[in-house]
Amino acid sequence: MRRLLIVAVLMAALLIAGCAQEEKATPKPTITPAEEKKLKVAFVYVSPVGDAGWSYMHDQGRQYIEKVYGVQTAYSESVSDADAERVIREYAEQGYDVIFTTSFGFMDPTITVAKDFPNIVFMHCSGYKTAENVGTYFGRMYQARYLTGIVAGEMTKTNKIGYVAAHPIPEVIRGINAFALGVKAVNPDAKVYVVWTGTWYDPAKEKEAALSLIEEGCDVIAQHQDSPAPQQAAQEKGVYSIGYHSDMYEFAPKAHLTAAVWNWSVIYAYVIENVMKGTWKSEQIWWGIDKGVVDIAPFNPIVPEDVQKKVMEEKEKYLKHEVPEQYPFVGPIYDQNGNLVKAEGEVMSDEELLSMNFFVDNVVGEIPAGGGE
Amino acid sequence: MDFIASLIAASIRAGTPLLFATLGEIITERSGVLNLGLEGIMITGAMTGFAVSLLTGNPWLGVLAAGLAGMAMASIHAFFSITLKADQSVTGLMLVLLGIGLTGFLGRNYIGQVAEYIQPVNIPYLSELPFVGEAFFSHDPLVYAAMLLVPLTWFFLFRTRHGMEIIAVGESPEAADTLGISVEKLRYASVLIGGFLVGIAGAHLSLAYAKLWTDGMTAGRGWICLALVIFSGWMPQRAILGAYLFGGLDVLSFKLQAAGVGVSYHLLKMIPYVVTILVLLFSVMRKKEKFGAPSALGKPYIREQRY
Repeated sequence: MRRLLIVAVLMAALLIAGCAQEEKATPKPTITPAEEKKLKVAFVYVSPVGDAGWSYMHDQGRQYIEKVYGVQTAYSESVSDADAERVIREYAEQGYDVIFTTSFGFMDPTITVAKDFPNIVFMHCSGYKTAENVGTYFGRMYQARYLTGIVAGEMTKTNKIGYVAAHPIPEVIRGINAFALGVKAVNPDAKVYVVWTGTWYDPAKEKEAALSLIEEGCDVIAQHQDSPAPQQAAQEKGVYSIGYHSDMYEFAPKAHLTAAVWNWSVIYAYVIENVMKGTWKSEQIWWGIDKGVVDIAPFNPIVPEDVQKKVMEEKEKYLKHEVPEQYPFVGPIYDQNGNLVKAEGEVMSDEELLSMNFFVDNVVGEIPAGGGE
Repeated sequence: MDFIASLIAASIRAGTPLLFATLGEIITERSGVLNLGLEGIMITGAMTGFAVSLLTGNPWLGVLAAGLAGMAMASIHAFFSITLKADQSVTGLMLVLLGIGLTGFLGRNYIGQVAEYIQPVNIPYLSELPFVGEAFFSHDPLVYAAMLLVPLTWFFLFRTRHGMEIIAVGESPEAADTLGISVEKLRYASVLIGGFLVGIAGAHLSLAYAKLWTDGMTAGRGWICLALVIFSGWMPQRAILGAYLFGGLDVLSFKLQAAGVGVSYHLLKMIPYVVTILVLLFSVMRKKEKFGAPSALGKPYIREQRY
């Protein structure tokens, strides 16, 4: 009897927990017969949408296409890599026409499910595997990083700029280097000090890492984490900071100078239009500032006008295609040991960017072994 | 000197949530109940505290609510493991899943919000002292509360009647039962007090340390505390050492990196666990004089039943 009771209560508790999960996974709107012909688009997010960060920015894009194209959308948030295949498959089975999967870890599940649903368009963000009905998309965030680096280089007084880095993978390293090249472009004396946290989302640690950099004399803090904790640390200690993903101004209005931000609606609109017109084909989209996929957040008024102007002039170069897409990764580029990686005028290839595993010469810090996979 | 002072300050900061939760779990385990659900209780405290502070504008109400939420979670464990005599590991693990699932779901609207948080307090005069001022006397009130809690817990467990009874219940529930001590009542009390403290550990993370709420922000700290209980040999006074050591090693890697000392942070992260294993080995070799776990830990007590 007692055992039965235990089992019953356990089941109830698990059911409650299960329901909480289920709600996330279930698409929210139900369709009325009249709307049945509407394009159905699903999004699979790795983290909660919340009010800032990676998934939040993707969700802004979802809302945009819903409004502009009148498509019916659904999304699942906080989907783990392990659970991704099930969630993606559910959408496919429910007859969604386009499914966007927005985390690197969703790459293989996307490919797997796509094989069974050849008539559905799958778009995977940040990966490299494609198929007849699977395309990829990403943004050239390093371009925005470069612009924020210019701001940091101009604003530092100590010539020590801190960078709270997440994991030593090429994307993060590329961001640090682009940022450092921006710093170097306006302030050859300044150095970028990197501290690795080994986390994407542990606010307490990320804050502590930022505090350590500030104590070492850094007066501008940049970051690659999803949490705005480094911004808070900067505000508390009275130094400047540069946000990432979304405009993090609200978290640190006195510190936050600008941020490197995403705008996915451009890509989502492009894909939806193509699907609607029947012209969609599998491709690997990697767009930058010129298309508006990445950008910088509005400047804090404390950034002097001439600095703002300088940054905007650099941004113009991208917009007018005066520089290659790979800019600032155009030679001469030296690594930390002073070796010439790219000769004067040479442009790094996309391939080199995607597998980047060295620091440029004004970065202080090491790339931990085992990183840069 | 500045480096050392700031390292000590950071270790204490990082160690405080660990200390709250470890003290809570020590009280719980001393009564013979193993609660593996710390991670779930802590995250519940973190979210509840943040939400209540956001809604009321008073972070201290948030702290209180976090403690109560922790208690509520712990009461589930108490009900299963004490009243129903269920397997303690299973219900503890269930709390982890429940806590992470529920807070992820209920807390989604609070992500990215800014709530009132607990301000640091510079203790007059003391905080102006060189070195020690920065290291010890410029923290938020919860840090001091955690420090104060160490002697209080020690006194409670080893110098008060209720405390001694809890220990007796954890060591030998049948003997305690024979003496007329209510095993169930004391175990309930211990689990609930423990839950309260673990909830506050969460509130320290979201209201004083990181000052924000995000899904899964306890990031494994609950599991670390389980190791810390073993490390401390179920003694509050050792828990403070352990908590600050574990906290310190976390921040040490950042400090060293920022100072330009090349160390592998993977290696540094490993050290606390290596130390815990060494402590365990040491305790086994010394035949659990002072280091041993309570004898009845993890075993449900059923009157008249032989183990």
